[in-house]
Amino acid sequence: MVPENIGLNEDTYMQYKIEAQNLNLYYGAKQALANVSIGIHSNTVTAFIGPSGCGKSSLLRCFNRMNDLIDNVIIEGNVFIDGINIYNKTVDVFECRKKIGMVFQRPNPFPKSIFDNVAFGLRINDNPPKSIIKDIVEEALIKAALWDEVKDSLQKSALALSGGQQQRLCIARAIAVKPSILLMDEPASALDPISTAKIEELIYQLKDSFTIVVVTHNMQQAARISDKTAFFYMGELIEFDETEKIFTNPAKNATQNYITGRFG
Amino acid sequence: MTQLQIELDQLKADITEMWMLVGHQLDKAMLAVKTFDKNYAREMIAGEKRVNSMELKIDRDCENIFALFNPVAIDLRFVLAILKINNNLERIGDIAESIGKYIITEKKPFDEILLEKTKLYLMFDAAKEIINDVLIAFNTEDTHLARSVFGKDAILDDIDAAASRIIAIHLRENIDLAEQALNVHAIIRRLERVGDQCKNIAEEIIFYLEAKVIKHK
Repeated sequence: MVPENIGLNEDTYMQYKIEAQNLNLYYGAKQALANVSIGIHSNTVTAFIGPSGCGKSSLLRCFNRMNDLIDNVIIEGNVFIDGINIYNKTVDVFECRKKIGMVFQRPNPFPKSIFDNVAFGLRINDNPPKSIIKDIVEEALIKAALWDEVKDSLQKSALALSGGQQQRLCIARAIAVKPSILLMDEPASALDPISTAKIEELIYQLKDSFTIVVVTHNMQQAARISDKTAFFYMGELIEFDETEKIFTNPAKNATQNYITGRFG
Repeated sequence: MTQLQIELDQLKADITEMWMLVGHQLDKAMLAVKTFDKNYAREMIAGEKRVNSMELKIDRDCENIFALFNPVAIDLRFVLAILKINNNLERIGDIAESIGKYIITEKKPFDEILLEKTKLYLMFDAAKEIINDVLIAFNTEDTHLARSVFGKDAILDDIDAAASRIIAIHLRENIDLAEQALNVHAIIRRLERVGDQCKNIAEEIIFYLEAKVIKHK
């Protein structure tokens, strides 16, 4: 049941999991996003690509209102999640973020055990009985393709895991609270090729259960894992299309110049 | 300039060299028919080895570019087109070689009347013109010129279609030249295939430049 007076967009409610409409974002006087409109369907992987400072991470952080935490940020326009405008004043930010998991560039496990890391979100939210927490932790670790590697050492410190394992642990922690959206900001850029391949494989598998948006500087990664790709430049969304189209025959010269390395 | 661009430029230079080599092979084939100088034919057959080794080098270079540079968009289409054009050019080289073999096995110079009636020289000229056209279209990125090849190929098709009847009549009148007439017919059939290979090349040029697949349409 959709609550009333929360800026419901009926079209988005039917069509898109995430939709940004005419989004402008300023860090003080500097404009980071310029009139960005984009619609992202459920259970797809969308890659955001573009040079540093193009606004892709800023847009990603708009999807869970993380930019609210930064001083001097001004955001204009709308962001709808499941048709609900998350920038509407009546929307509870914390409730909104429960639906949205986030994974960052560098793995950031808590200095706790592997089990407690995954259970953390469950305990501070609904705090279900221990037996249920145990089941959910196991399920999350299986989904994050980490269970086989850690099932016998759940009480060991998460900090003892390798970088790639820590990142998968962070994914397990994010999905344990059962969000419907996963935002990933360069999730494999600090990892070796084997760990990167595992994360990519995981992203591919997780799209059955989640809507995933990935910011990446790695063109080939975007090509491998995403269904659709958005190219940003100087805060503008230049092109958004099927990944196959973007990497074989992009419509815009700027996109072609960027992905072929002729940019600038 | 990026290293990928340097590699692509080198690939373009190499395929252009192969293109010209194959064109020269066809020139020699015509010269061998005209002069009945079997040395031209032998020279051409020896030259085919160079065509083959260039084909292998270009194939290998394309594989390396795929493996090392992961080309995308127009770069990807360019390398894919080069792979196929390389194969088409090698086939044209094979055609020139097979014409050379007919000349070597032939005992007497070709009957000029038969060559005139079948328009064999015209066919050679048309085939060579089409090869040049696709090369210019490729190097100047001119898809309009590439498309013009589809019309010019019809000249080769028409000559080929008329050849069977002309040669049948010629055979009845000159039964002692039967083997030679059959060889001329075989050369005509092969030259017709040059047109087909060039059409394939034109399709690849259009694919590379416009991202349009027009084959089988």
